[in-house]
Amino acid sequence: MAYDKFEVLTSTAYPLPIENVDTDQIIPARFLKATERVDFDVNFFRDWRYNQDGTPKPDFPLNKKMHAGSKILVGGRNFGSGSSREHAAWSVYDFGLRCVISSAFADIFKNNCLNVGVLPVQVSAEFADTLFAAIMADPKTEIKVDLPNQTVTLVATGESEFFVINTYKKDNMLNGFDDIDYLKNIENEITEFAKTRPF
Amino acid sequence: MANTLFDKVWDSHVVRQVKDGPDVFFIDRHFIHEVTSPVAFLGLESRGNSVVYPARTFATADHNTPTINQHLPVADPLSANQLDALENNAKKHGITHWGLGDENNGIVHVVGPENGITLPGATIVCGDSHTSTHGAFGAIAFGIGTSEVEMVLSTQCIMQSKPKSMRINVNGKLGLGVTPKDVALYIIAKQTTSGATGYFIEYAGDVFEDMSMEGRMTVCNLSIEMGARGGMIAPDAKTYEYIKGRAQTPKGAAWDKAMKYWDTLYTAKDAEFDVEFTYDASDIEPMITYGTNPGMGMGVTKSIPLAENVEGGVETYRKSLGYMSFNEGDSMIGKEIDFVFLGSCTNGRIEDFRGFCSIVKGRQKAPNVTAWLVPGSHKVVDQIKAEGLDKIITDAGFVLREPGCSACLAMNDDKVPSGKLSVSTSNRNFEGRQGPGSRTLLASPLVAAASAVEGVVTDPRTLLKKQYA
Repeated sequence: MAYDKFEVLTSTAYPLPIENVDTDQIIPARFLKATERVDFDVNFFRDWRYNQDGTPKPDFPLNKKMHAGSKILVGGRNFGSGSSREHAAWSVYDFGLRCVISSAFADIFKNNCLNVGVLPVQVSAEFADTLFAAIMADPKTEIKVDLPNQTVTLVATGESEFFVINTYKKDNMLNGFDDIDYLKNIENEITEFAKTRPF
Repeated sequence: MANTLFDKVWDSHVVRQVKDGPDVFFIDRHFIHEVTSPVAFLGLESRGNSVVYPARTFATADHNTPTINQHLPVADPLSANQLDALENNAKKHGITHWGLGDENNGIVHVVGPENGITLPGATIVCGDSHTSTHGAFGAIAFGIGTSEVEMVLSTQCIMQSKPKSMRINVNGKLGLGVTPKDVALYIIAKQTTSGATGYFIEYAGDVFEDMSMEGRMTVCNLSIEMGARGGMIAPDAKTYEYIKGRAQTPKGAAWDKAMKYWDTLYTAKDAEFDVEFTYDASDIEPMITYGTNPGMGMGVTKSIPLAENVEGGVETYRKSLGYMSFNEGDSMIGKEIDFVFLGSCTNGRIEDFRGFCSIVKGRQKAPNVTAWLVPGSHKVVDQIKAEGLDKIITDAGFVLREPGCSACLAMNDDKVPSGKLSVSTSNRNFEGRQGPGSRTLLASPLVAAASAVEGVVTDPRTLLKKQYA
């Protein structure tokens, strides 16, 4: 699944300071019935974004005009726990986000994001709090995510933190490559390995 | 030197280590179902790739399927469309497919072991987080996303960084009415839903040694609920007895050869884990959850903790209790319930139905309760009938349904209505998990049974004591 390269992203951000946001909230199970990957943004956070009658909940950050158009979401600790549904990462991407920042991610969600072109940036709990405070104080607050230098910076104050990503995944994101490209290149090696498996 | 069970299995599957990157990790067995595979097949075909080892992949229909009238066409057009896509993709690429009505059909994590596909020392993946279930056999098994499903179909490998290792020991004997589900919910409550993120768990100690294979599957199934990539238990005589002679297990000389390998699958005495925890079996009660993640659980007789005594954000905690319409300090015992769900890849096996029946036998379903009893597979249904459990179930006023994931994630018609309270043997109590606005209490089959007959949250030990008195 090809996606646009990710280098440096500067954007305002949606704040979602809630812990343990699970993938059932990011996209509820009843919206997983598609057989093609299209328009998952419609049901992104469906039950937190809309009332049961379909009207938007004005207090939910994704509905607030002041944050509209942001390409970054700052979430609470343990973001993306629960199901392995990649639909959650698709809905993040389809909604127009390219980066999720949190002080901790669930493993499968983090992998899924990397595979679909969304950069998961893990920061310290203190820096996450700093980001939340800045966005709450001023929704125009810009955050700069610099993948080549692995830094996330609060543009107005220059406060910055380094984030970790392994070199291989970083190269993929920078070039818009994915794992299948890599694995297909070493197909012979895999074929030889498969012959050694006992079952 | 690889000396933990996990190291031994992991290291023997590494095709290549990528510098400053993940391992190229070989997958022995791949399960697919209708929800997370269609887009993977589209990707595969759009790149012009083929399924490299179709014999290593197995397809079953489970997430979307109805639990009544499975002989009729599936009414929901979107579900029917996904089920057709699975069948067509399997047929086109030469993959074994167990659709609705097939004698091998059922929940992916129930039918895998039943058919002998799950083997010690194997690596197993599926586009479903509860793939961790298969670790009960000493396999490394974990959930993957759809991009990775495509990766496995087209290369039989995924790119995966090796997780850190955690051992969880539970020693001693479990008390009356305490089941493997309670052991798991107890550990998750201790660890929280993110306590094991980045780790792979080995479960060790008396409790897991004494546990049946069904119980071990329940525990490993729930590993993901504390954030772990998976959990595993070293294979032993019980494991071999379970798998021997099943449809897909090695036979004859191949079995002997496999046994030689399997006998090496244990953790050396001097092995070191990145982190280790030890719990005492006698501290574990029948458990129940009260919040909106599986870590918010407690002994069924306890009271909901006060926010001031809870780790993590108070606002998130209060939001969770607000959703559940519970208050800090509430007792769960005696709360009126509306629904009971017995089933899922956590508790849809024969032992779970035996446990449920041990309590409902000679009693009657409470009139205020709607109960869905959903076996994990057709083989479980057959066993229920062979053991006469179906008669106990119907005599007590319950109905046995047909297999599938059902009300665990409510992708089919089995949805708990908004505001209603359900006691469920499934694995997640997330907001709206069992239907928009539904409220879920996770518990063991015994707690579910006791609550189903009393109509309120009930400690199963009170009924068991009456039974044994």
